[in-house]
Amino acid sequence: MTRDNRLAWINGLLLPLFNVLTAFMVTAVVFILIDVDPIVATKILIYGALGYEEGIGYTLYYATNFIFTGLAVAVAFHAGLFNIGGEGQAYVGGLGTALVALYINPAISAWLVIPLGILGGLTFGALWAIIPGYLQAYRGSHIVITTIMFNFLASALMVYLLVHVLREVGQMSPQSKDFPDAAWIPFVHDIFASMGYKIADSPLNLSILIALIFSVLVWFFLWHTRWGFAIRATGKSPDAAIYSGINPKMIIIVTMCISGALAGLVGINELMGVQHRLLLDFNYGYGFGGIAVALMGRNHPVGIIIAALLFGILYQGGMDLAFEMQNVSRHIVVVMQGFVILFCGGLEYLYKPLLTRFLAPIEASE
Amino acid sequence: MSESNIAIELINVDKHFGAVHANDKVNLSVKSGTIHGIVGENGAGKSTLMSILYGFYQADSGQIKVFDKDFRATSSKQSIEAGIGMVHQHFMLVDNFTVLENVILGSEGGALITQSLEKARIELTRLAKEYGLEVELDIAVEDLSVGMQQRVEILKGLYKGAKVLILDEPTGVLTPQESDELFRIFDALKKQGVTIILITHKLREIMNITDHVSVMRAGKMVAHRETSKTNPEELAELMIGRKVLLNIKKSKAKSGKALLVANNLEIHNEQGLKRVTNVSFEARSGEILGIAGVTGNGQGSLLKALAGILPISKGSIEIMGKTISSESPLNPEQLRNLGVAHVPEDRQKMGMIADFSASETALLGYHNDQEINQGVWLKRSSVKANCESLMEAFDVRPTNPDLKSSNFSGGNQQKLILAREFERNPEVLIIGQPTRGVDIGAIEFIRKRIIEMRDAGKAIILISVELEEIMSLSDRIIVMCDGEITGTVNAEDAEEATLGMMMANALTTNENPDEAEL
Amino acid sequence: MNDLLLNLILTLDASFRVCTPLIFASMAGLFAERSGVVDIGLEGKLLMSAFIAASAASVFGSPWLGLMFAIFASCILAMIHGIASITFKGNQIVTGVAINILASGLTMILTLAWFKSGGVTPSLKPDERFLSITLPGVDIIDHIPILGVIYRELISGHNILVYLAFATVPLVWWIVFRTRFGLQLRAVGENPKAVDTAGLSVEGLRYKALLIGGILCGIGGAYIATAHNAQFTKEMTAGQGFIALAALIFGKWHPYRVLAACFLFGFLDALAVRLQGVVIPGIGEIPVQLIEVTPYLLTVILLAGFIGRAVPPKASAQPYIKEL
Repeated sequence: MTRDNRLAWINGLLLPLFNVLTAFMVTAVVFILIDVDPIVATKILIYGALGYEEGIGYTLYYATNFIFTGLAVAVAFHAGLFNIGGEGQAYVGGLGTALVALYINPAISAWLVIPLGILGGLTFGALWAIIPGYLQAYRGSHIVITTIMFNFLASALMVYLLVHVLREVGQMSPQSKDFPDAAWIPFVHDIFASMGYKIADSPLNLSILIALIFSVLVWFFLWHTRWGFAIRATGKSPDAAIYSGINPKMIIIVTMCISGALAGLVGINELMGVQHRLLLDFNYGYGFGGIAVALMGRNHPVGIIIAALLFGILYQGGMDLAFEMQNVSRHIVVVMQGFVILFCGGLEYLYKPLLTRFLAPIEASE
Repeated sequence: MSESNIAIELINVDKHFGAVHANDKVNLSVKSGTIHGIVGENGAGKSTLMSILYGFYQADSGQIKVFDKDFRATSSKQSIEAGIGMVHQHFMLVDNFTVLENVILGSEGGALITQSLEKARIELTRLAKEYGLEVELDIAVEDLSVGMQQRVEILKGLYKGAKVLILDEPTGVLTPQESDELFRIFDALKKQGVTIILITHKLREIMNITDHVSVMRAGKMVAHRETSKTNPEELAELMIGRKVLLNIKKSKAKSGKALLVANNLEIHNEQGLKRVTNVSFEARSGEILGIAGVTGNGQGSLLKALAGILPISKGSIEIMGKTISSESPLNPEQLRNLGVAHVPEDRQKMGMIADFSASETALLGYHNDQEINQGVWLKRSSVKANCESLMEAFDVRPTNPDLKSSNFSGGNQQKLILAREFERNPEVLIIGQPTRGVDIGAIEFIRKRIIEMRDAGKAIILISVELEEIMSLSDRIIVMCDGEITGTVNAEDAEEATLGMMMANALTTNENPDEAEL
Repeated sequence: MNDLLLNLILTLDASFRVCTPLIFASMAGLFAERSGVVDIGLEGKLLMSAFIAASAASVFGSPWLGLMFAIFASCILAMIHGIASITFKGNQIVTGVAINILASGLTMILTLAWFKSGGVTPSLKPDERFLSITLPGVDIIDHIPILGVIYRELISGHNILVYLAFATVPLVWWIVFRTRFGLQLRAVGENPKAVDTAGLSVEGLRYKALLIGGILCGIGGAYIATAHNAQFTKEMTAGQGFIALAALIFGKWHPYRVLAACFLFGFLDALAVRLQGVVIPGIGEIPVQLIEVTPYLLTVILLAGFIGRAVPPKASAQPYIKEL
């Protein structure tokens, strides 16, 4: 194998692998510090996620959300932008989906309502990202800070809307009325049941297919269209982009819109697929999880799907773990996210010198 | 003659950067109080060698002696303490600091700087006077001319007690007259016993001012000569390893109609500063119009405006029947569609994307083309085929379209970029610094291709800081200084001295050129 | 004493308390940014410091020990940021985000593990907190109209960390502009190569800058949990670390201008709180959510740069790679 090939293997597979393993090792240390046996914890976690049908269903359902937000962060990264606003964009995107579901004529068939709901999620998600995008492009306002501010703004907006505007009459808790049947995305266990197979109930629904479809679309867009080329060129070198006749300002705005739109699809899974009404905090944690997923997956849809599955496992396993063990809260998953972001993102070249020296050493030159 | 001390001695100094053997068991002996030149092509290892001496890099093996004492530097701190100073090719100055602040950085002499500044002021004034390096101490460095900035760099070295001063390509940013002034300063330093090491690729400079010269080639030190006992042809041959054509043969230009006419252009750069004032010229088909001038006199902004990257504030450009002005601008894509090709000055920043494969670099600017797109689909097979044909046409090696652009040598990168722009058969070519950072084999190839395009009836605008390149390639030359055109000559009539005066804007109708101030 | 003036004085009084953590965090950010390192992790450092301060104060019964441990924890996070950004030349913004998320998760894990609670530390008793200090002479001056009130409410009656915050600013100015360290710090943020070739250590300077930032964030976080409040609650920093960054940009990285920006935020935030429950004729009561988001809206508006573009230190966010 030539040295170039070896380097490609190192960069593409081994480095991310080592980074993720390190993240897990360090999390294990945290477990030890809070008096929990990491081996036992891991067993409970893996079993909780993959050991029984209902658990697997939950794992895949969580993974769906992570695919959406992971794609969102990745697309923005390709343009050189760090979109931390996934939480807010997912929240407001869900609002868009819910508005379609709540106000559309209930007689219309699901075959139209669901795509319209998707459109609603895409549009509203994009809307929540366009202002930070515009400010970065035309005013140089740091997109990291503005998107985080927009997360806070989204929270406040949704609380206001759910308490004062959209709350179902007579309800105490802040949530909307139920969606009509046409706006329900079928559960996977229901589909299997209708075909004669019995599998355990879980929130897993057809949104996972939508997530996979969008993964393919993103892959095609970024590497097989001229607009994807323009985005990637801008991300690597704004100067070369300008030279090539690309307008980096437009690219920034358009990319943020696409990114926000993808994050906005979380509502498809959570609201049309599971909750069937609009409620608070359905987005919680998926936006930030998307950052970890994108970094672990090296901003490529294939990596993102794998990373999303992994995080689905962590989420579901973490839930079960928190249930089983008193002194572990489900926030251990947040800690793990942090370490993944640290080792797959900030410290991503930690192992590069070591791996290069042992696996792809430089031959003495002539 | 009395015994001279050896100021610097390098014994079998060796350095690898990854797979690149930058310095291959180099030996060098520099006599104290002399001016010693080091020549070699781009990438020969000269800068690396001196950076090791200056502590910026560490040698893998070998021995260094400074004034007969063993020397090892893990950072520039030890080099400075040993009396070595370096003026880098790209200045090491903090732009928004004053001259004074820049000089004392690292040699503050105390925790509170107010006192240090005053002490430094006295010492600097003395030094400046002694060597003829007067410069205003309280101006921000970014407001100084390049020549003045270089003085600050030299002063910095002297202030820190340098007895050996290394200068890396110092005349690249100077007019011929400013270079002469620099050499006078060298003489003054030499009289005071300062040893000077001069890195340059300009053979004429070596011949004119050095006492000794050492030649490097591909990381190895291949020869040492006493300057008085050698000549440019021998040095060039030692640099390359074979006989070199120092002049390019070309036939007389058959110039036709004007394809690009610039009228009273005024251009501001990205920061809003006016860089070009009232510039007018014509580029005719079948002719190479060279724009000479020291870097930073507006040529860069002019080039970008011609390519559609910078807007025009005043005036107009007529290209291929269309008029560009501040009211009706054209962007790079539209210009490309008109048949205008642009080879940018800064290849690394603009002309290519290091992390992209060669295929994708070969696509920059042409990614919207009908031939490689089918509806929404950007056909990668077509992209790759396009790159392959470009590589073949311009002998780009290795012929691997999937290889990362940064893995190609400077010369091959430049050839790929030229292929991308030339193979579209444009009518007007705007070319900046075509041979910067390119090895001699590629330089010959590139210059030949430019002349071929000219013979095929294209209009070519060429900008280069290498006066020799401008003079040998151009048919007509215009000179820019401070954003204005200060002279126009036919290439066959051009003389370096006159051009140099134009570059310094030192020729006016009243002034005697001999009394020109810098 | 008319109502409006009294309200104004009380609002100003509240502003001092609100802007204190912003001052500490933004000064921390100033050192980092001036040295060429972007510190998005201010929020995480504040949060972790708040938690550690409240925990230690509760366990050991002393706010000063709380402060000490908080500084220590904050410095550890700062060093993680440093190792990743400086030594391993990683993406500084990503590392900053990682630190924020880590702080968020770890504080929750530890409140459960140490205090068996879902995100709060035990309530602190008065002697475990930093309390208001009444400056001498309050009673005497009190009789003077207007000035008396100003002295009593505005100047006296803050806790020591508030006074410290305001004293920190001139100290920071002096360090950055009048000392050798400050000169080198500013140089390394503009042109690290110039610093390297002058024989100085680029890494060393940047680590020092981050360490100073760690100390300052530690104090800021301790203030939030043990002075301004009496315990740690989940996510209690609520974005102040980011608002501090915005103040830093708004103040163009100059200590006094940044102080003004922090104070502006504090004032507008305090003003908004006072408007809670106020009814605007024709529109009705201002929604409490609007009051709550005032600082965030303000940040976006300020960053939108209606005050002109801010130019950061030239070497900002770029790891230093040695090459000619």
